[in-house]
Amino acid sequence: MSQNKSATAYDLECQNINKDFDGFKAVDDVSFGVPAGTFFSILGPSGCGKTTLLRMIAGFQEPSSGDLLIKGKSMIGVQPNKRPVSMVFQHLALFPMMDIAANVGFGLRQRGVPREDIAKRVETVLERVGLPGVGSRQINQLSGGQKQRVAIARCMVLEPDVLLLDEPLGALDLKLREHMKIELKKLQSEFGTTFVYITHDQSEALVMSDQIAVMNHGKFEQVGTARELYHTPNTAFVAGFVGEANKYEATVDAAFGDAVTLVTPEGMELKGISPVSKLEKGDKAHVFVRPEAVRLATEADKFGGIENLNTGIVENILFNGANSHIILREEKSGGEMNVAIPQTGEFRDLNKGDKIFIGWEAEQTRCYRAEG
Amino acid sequence: MIATIPQSKAFAWTYRIYVTLFFIYLALPLTVVCAFAFNDSVFPSLPWDGFTWAWFFGNEAPYIGVFNERPIIKSIGTSLFVAFWVSLLSIAVGTSNAFLFVRYDFKFKEFLYILMLLPLIIPGIILGISILVFSNTVANNLEDATGLWFDGLRPGLPLVILGQFSFIATFATLVISARLEKFDRSLEEAALNLGATKWGAIRQITLPFLMPAIAGAAVVAILMSFENFNTTLMLVGSDAPLTITMFDRLKQGSTPVLNAVSLLLIVVSALLGLMSLLFQKREQN
Amino acid sequence: MTQAQSRLGLYLLMAPLMLWLLLLIIIPHIGMFLVSISVKTGVRQYVTGFGNYMVFFTEPLYWNTFARTAFMSIAATFLTLLIGFPVAYYIAKLTRGRTKTTLFLMCLIPFWVSELVRTFGWMILLRETGIFSSFLQYIGVHSGPVEFLYNDAAIMIGLVYTSMLFMVVPLVTTLDSLDDSLIEAGYDLGGNGISILREIIIPHAMPGIVSGCIVVFMLSLGNYLTPILLGGKDSLWFTGLIYSQFITRFNWELGSAFGFLLLGLSSTIVWVGLKLSRQSLTDTVGR
Repeated sequence: MSQNKSATAYDLECQNINKDFDGFKAVDDVSFGVPAGTFFSILGPSGCGKTTLLRMIAGFQEPSSGDLLIKGKSMIGVQPNKRPVSMVFQHLALFPMMDIAANVGFGLRQRGVPREDIAKRVETVLERVGLPGVGSRQINQLSGGQKQRVAIARCMVLEPDVLLLDEPLGALDLKLREHMKIELKKLQSEFGTTFVYITHDQSEALVMSDQIAVMNHGKFEQVGTARELYHTPNTAFVAGFVGEANKYEATVDAAFGDAVTLVTPEGMELKGISPVSKLEKGDKAHVFVRPEAVRLATEADKFGGIENLNTGIVENILFNGANSHIILREEKSGGEMNVAIPQTGEFRDLNKGDKIFIGWEAEQTRCYRAEG
Repeated sequence: MIATIPQSKAFAWTYRIYVTLFFIYLALPLTVVCAFAFNDSVFPSLPWDGFTWAWFFGNEAPYIGVFNERPIIKSIGTSLFVAFWVSLLSIAVGTSNAFLFVRYDFKFKEFLYILMLLPLIIPGIILGISILVFSNTVANNLEDATGLWFDGLRPGLPLVILGQFSFIATFATLVISARLEKFDRSLEEAALNLGATKWGAIRQITLPFLMPAIAGAAVVAILMSFENFNTTLMLVGSDAPLTITMFDRLKQGSTPVLNAVSLLLIVVSALLGLMSLLFQKREQN
Repeated sequence: MTQAQSRLGLYLLMAPLMLWLLLLIIIPHIGMFLVSISVKTGVRQYVTGFGNYMVFFTEPLYWNTFARTAFMSIAATFLTLLIGFPVAYYIAKLTRGRTKTTLFLMCLIPFWVSELVRTFGWMILLRETGIFSSFLQYIGVHSGPVEFLYNDAAIMIGLVYTSMLFMVVPLVTTLDSLDDSLIEAGYDLGGNGISILREIIIPHAMPGIVSGCIVVFMLSLGNYLTPILLGGKDSLWFTGLIYSQFITRFNWELGSAFGFLLLGLSSTIVWVGLKLSRQSLTDTVGR
């Protein structure tokens, strides 16, 4: 029954996938489904098991247990060359011994497609990735961005059910990476193919994906859209890993439902909410406040009835254009806080040593139970 | 085909068996050579007549061991003498060539480099006869002109040394150049900047950096010289190096004393070989 | 000052190279060529001409030996490649760390030992009173001694054995440099073992294959020990002819001509090999 449902709903489905390496659990009971035509990212720090997961989908590693379905068909025991998935490798793995047309046509040749057809389809797919007429060039004559597109074309020409991408932007310089993010997203919506993308770079995942799974220690911490992960993280790890945040270790002073009051070891008082864990007085908690959630003011009464209100001394200004921050030290407790400078020009003249009021809502102060 | 691609069990096993057979093929001749050095029989063949050290230490005919066999001991000495000079000449010229090809740009550099590689693709026996013919012509002319004898130009150890050097120098050049190319020239510049003279910088900075390669090249040169046969065969005079002596013995019919010599050779070569690898390893660090 | 110093340095470094190349390589070969085109007419009397080369072409024994040497060397090269490639691939791609080093060392050790010792080993194994013969008698397959020595197969075994290292080492080096992800990409795009071998692995290994083949071919062509000891007196190997002209018959003129023919053959094959694979001598042997 559920088998049938998944066959229609998902291009790729993993059911309780496990992978052990000599007692080390690289992937720990992971289940998820990727709906057809979506851009799905797996985001996690290096060593979290995302590469292992991707390589299991491609067929270069077998799961220790669990099932892996593509378009509803189990892939367990299916050789990598027989799976309807294609992979863009981390360093692209373009064949240096072949020209571009031969690279893109490689998969079609393996399928025994007639030669004229191959030439036609190769040219079409190269046009679609914006590289018409480059077929006779050698790999080393291409720029980094062009190589990316050839690598994608080489997979897309096979019309795979799922395209796997293994951090392909990692080797590019920053500017090109920004550009390729948009490019990749555009290519995905043009082709309409399901993309599964793994990365440790949150901005890549946030910008491109329809759905993101945050992975840590072999487990999925949370699956959701970029906004959900950013604004309503379910775990301390997600709150800390996705986006920037001021992080505090604090002890719960009082709790009413999910509203909590906490105190940091330095004595700073925080009012927040604990959306997932039920906290009680005396519990230790991780507290996260995003730099852009903190408002600045020169007078205290500008905030109205905001829950958290403090004064801070400007300790450092990190000017970075639209992404400028100040480092404050809270006056009473000496706790440090990183605050984004609003781009209204109001605080343009802020200087080191200035005293300023800071305020933020309890809603923006997310608390999670600290383990152990 | 690689570890991450699933492979059928049958294929994996066939492959493993093939590789095992290959290594048996590699080890077999050397193993039998070593084993029969200890056979208590005057022929290195089956049946096995029991274990003996006589082919190493024996001094009663027919059991004359290696260490009591004058001609063999003498030819080992000859081989060592030749190897020493070949090795010394090769690393000296090799180091000089390395500096020349890595540090300088000059006319016909490419051409000279290819010329330098040629000894590798000239069959050893031809290197031998060409040097033989040339030195003989020179000797004849000199003797006709001066009436003196020029023994050094007739077949003998000097010619053997030159003949072996003529191609071993290429190996030394390649090994040392490869190392010199990895040298960061700013180290030398730093030394100059700190007041060293040009030669001082090379002696204190560059040469120590090259040392593992030079030592490795020296060991390889000794090995190659020791086992060289083709070139030596054409140039040898009355003092025969070990390979030539053994060859003559082999043609007459072998006794286990040859196995004993071979065993010693195997041990020494393996040690020298491992030594050259150690130098290579030092290079990487 | 520095300019002049650098000039001086250049000449000083150039001197040993030029002495070596001129005195030991170039002039001797020119000299040998001159000797090969002098035809003896009397005691210490010569005229210039191609008489020695004519002798080679008119005497079928010389000619056949030459062709046979070339053919057997090509066969030995091909066999060495065929046998060595899977082993090199195994070492380069299917083993790691310790095992890899050990297997590689096991390939190297036999070749640090003199060729004479290796050939001697094969003689002990193959001759009439040798191990194989005794073994066959022992298990009762054969009643009398069997001679495995002194035939072409024995020469072939010896040549392949002697050259194996020079094939395996360059192959391991080039295959090692092949990124595993290229093979994975080949599979991912639907390739199978054979198509990946043909389209990815062999093209990548081509420099190693060419340099291995060139060296093995040259070593076989110029080999003297193995054909004489394993093939016997009538092994008909061209280096044997050269040796007998020089040392036993003392006919240096004909010997030099033979030497030049051998050199010509080996250079031609090396050149053709490089052209066919579009490689240069510097990339193949000068590593």
